[in-house]
Amino acid sequence: MSQKITIEPVTRVEGHGKVTIHLDDEGNVVRSRLHIVEFRGFERFVQGRPYWEAPVLVQRLCGICPVSHHLAAAKALDVIVGAGTGNGLSHTAEKVRRLMHYAQIFQSHALHFFHLASPDLLFGIDADPKVRNIVGVARQNKSLAVQGVMMRKFGQELIKATAGKKIHGTGAIPGGVNKNLNDEERDIFVKGDAPMNPEAMIVWAESAIDFFKDYYRKNKEFIDTFSVFPSNHLSLVRKDGALDLYHGLIRAIDSEGKIILHDIDYQEYFNFIHEEVRSWSYMKFPYIAELGEDVGWYRVGPLARLNTCNFIPTPLAQKEFEKYKANTKGKPNNMCMHTHYARLIELLHAAEVIRDLLNDQELQGDELVRKGEKKHEGIGVIEAPRGTLFHHYRINDNDQIVMANLIVSTTHNNEPMNHAVNYVAKTWMTGKKEITEPRMNAVEVAIRAYDPCLSCATHAFGQMPLDISLYDAHEQLIDQKKKD
Amino acid sequence: MTSTVVKFMIDGKEYLAKSGMYIIDVARESGLFIPTLCNMVGVKPKGACRICTVSVNGRYMTACTTPISEGMDVKTNTPDLIDLRKAILDIMFVEGNHFCPVCEKSGKCDLQALAYRYQIMVPRFPYQFPKRTIDAQNPLIVKDHNRCILCKRCIRTIKDEQGRSFFAFHKRGHKIEISIDHNMSDLMTDEIAHRAVDICPTGALLKKENGYQTPINDRKYERTAIGSDIEQIHQ
Repeated sequence: MSQKITIEPVTRVEGHGKVTIHLDDEGNVVRSRLHIVEFRGFERFVQGRPYWEAPVLVQRLCGICPVSHHLAAAKALDVIVGAGTGNGLSHTAEKVRRLMHYAQIFQSHALHFFHLASPDLLFGIDADPKVRNIVGVARQNKSLAVQGVMMRKFGQELIKATAGKKIHGTGAIPGGVNKNLNDEERDIFVKGDAPMNPEAMIVWAESAIDFFKDYYRKNKEFIDTFSVFPSNHLSLVRKDGALDLYHGLIRAIDSEGKIILHDIDYQEYFNFIHEEVRSWSYMKFPYIAELGEDVGWYRVGPLARLNTCNFIPTPLAQKEFEKYKANTKGKPNNMCMHTHYARLIELLHAAEVIRDLLNDQELQGDELVRKGEKKHEGIGVIEAPRGTLFHHYRINDNDQIVMANLIVSTTHNNEPMNHAVNYVAKTWMTGKKEITEPRMNAVEVAIRAYDPCLSCATHAFGQMPLDISLYDAHEQLIDQKKKD
Repeated sequence: MTSTVVKFMIDGKEYLAKSGMYIIDVARESGLFIPTLCNMVGVKPKGACRICTVSVNGRYMTACTTPISEGMDVKTNTPDLIDLRKAILDIMFVEGNHFCPVCEKSGKCDLQALAYRYQIMVPRFPYQFPKRTIDAQNPLIVKDHNRCILCKRCIRTIKDEQGRSFFAFHKRGHKIEISIDHNMSDLMTDEIAHRAVDICPTGALLKKENGYQTPINDRKYERTAIGSDIEQIHQ
């Protein structure tokens, strides 16, 4: 008897989504989909608003990585106010923004690894869900849980110092920033008592990597084989090929490492990246135009970034990057669970960048804003924690936004996440008469590796209600399991 | 005509002031805060917003338009008056489209500051979500009708050298709006535009390309709560 399995909502991810898996009469998976069931509408209701509101308004679509939206919008408006991209801003403005952004990367990566992913790693994906959560982590490994909380706090406090608030600040304005980081604000972090200083954060980031590597040694087969499939990868890279999460050129490679988008200026992204709409999801499906919808999809985020970049420009992260690359003999890494490893290397990199920036006196400079010849269109791209984030705005002569296009990180990963769901469904559910909780969690683990922000909205983490319904071929409910 | 000094009571305490002074001005000088939105020091009062309503010998009257007189018994802060003021604020919030989290006036908005002072968490009336427009034709300022409370501060104070106002009422009844006189756009200077934006008690007037310049925590009412400057006079 054919069945339809629904997992809704997907747990321990940001936002709200559901998974449906259709089985045929023999119990084989015939189709599986990750549905994004929330509709936000920001691209529409930002229209008509004065353009300088965009960085403050649009960031409201996310409570987890609002800084990324704040800065991507500000970068787009830098172009509109004539400051341009790259070196257009004053050194102070760019460095304050970078500090804000790397603090955001740091806190978001810490949140994902410690709060969302670590329960699966610490207890195993088939452990009792009553303990497989952040409270269980705190009980089992108190220091790990404390580190997670404090690392997130460190990043959030830095965001507050640069943006004015931990969530939804106003620091970045078109052409620059509205404040620098004064000596007193800087010293809170530089001279802060351990663990609230960058050196302590670097040590903790290294210990998080050690934690993962220890798990990897013990579970190599699972990590190396769970949800593995070839894909293209896309991210920004610095001009010299270095990892740069704030600014760069768009590079895409295929699963073998061949460059398919060669360091293009993101002001021309629309010539290279198109979006497909499918009726069953509110999330679009971007693809590389030249390759087409079927094979042009790609991954973004930590795994993709460490595949596209040539090196990491901070010493400790670079050292770890070299070990990471050795796992695939320098080839692109297409192993889904290695995303956690890549994310932790970025966590370490972010801590190193934060330390270096905090010791940079240009943060205390006075030149905050630069403007030039005004334009009617601007595009801002940034590497958000979850991947490449595009903001594209067009304005009229009255300074009102007339067009906005946002391609958020999780949108790029839409097709890869659907592939991951399909892979796990086929591997873990085909021919199984009983859909157990661990099998359902396996589907979620695959999605969770991408750290998706399904709604790009504030959402509770942890144990959310799960409702699974089994339907026969005639759409009749034959079984239902719920957990609160 | 020489002004005489009159004796009166405010909140049970005896005061002396020159006759003819408005209650609001006497209160200000005496360190008593009565909330205002349409009233401005030095500008002829209009009594448009009603938020300054006080009890005068048991009757509700606007403090900005009522002159003080001998023997008056004024009450400014009874539970009924506080509830009335909160109701007026509630009405203002639900009648417009005020989204403080993204408004660049947030932190320096009189309407928002009064809502904080009166601890308004949720309006008691249903939101109307009116369909309002944004007038961005003027090269220097934006008029966002969503946030306008029709206080007329701009109409009464932002004028050219010949006394012609840059702003005027437009439409009638419940559709009434305060609009920019676009025939006078050429006469508007940066200084005038800044002044217009500064006197607006909400985010209805915005200086173009100037938003969010003041960092969070440095904004006017984040440093001192509304009314605290008046209340500190006699402390």
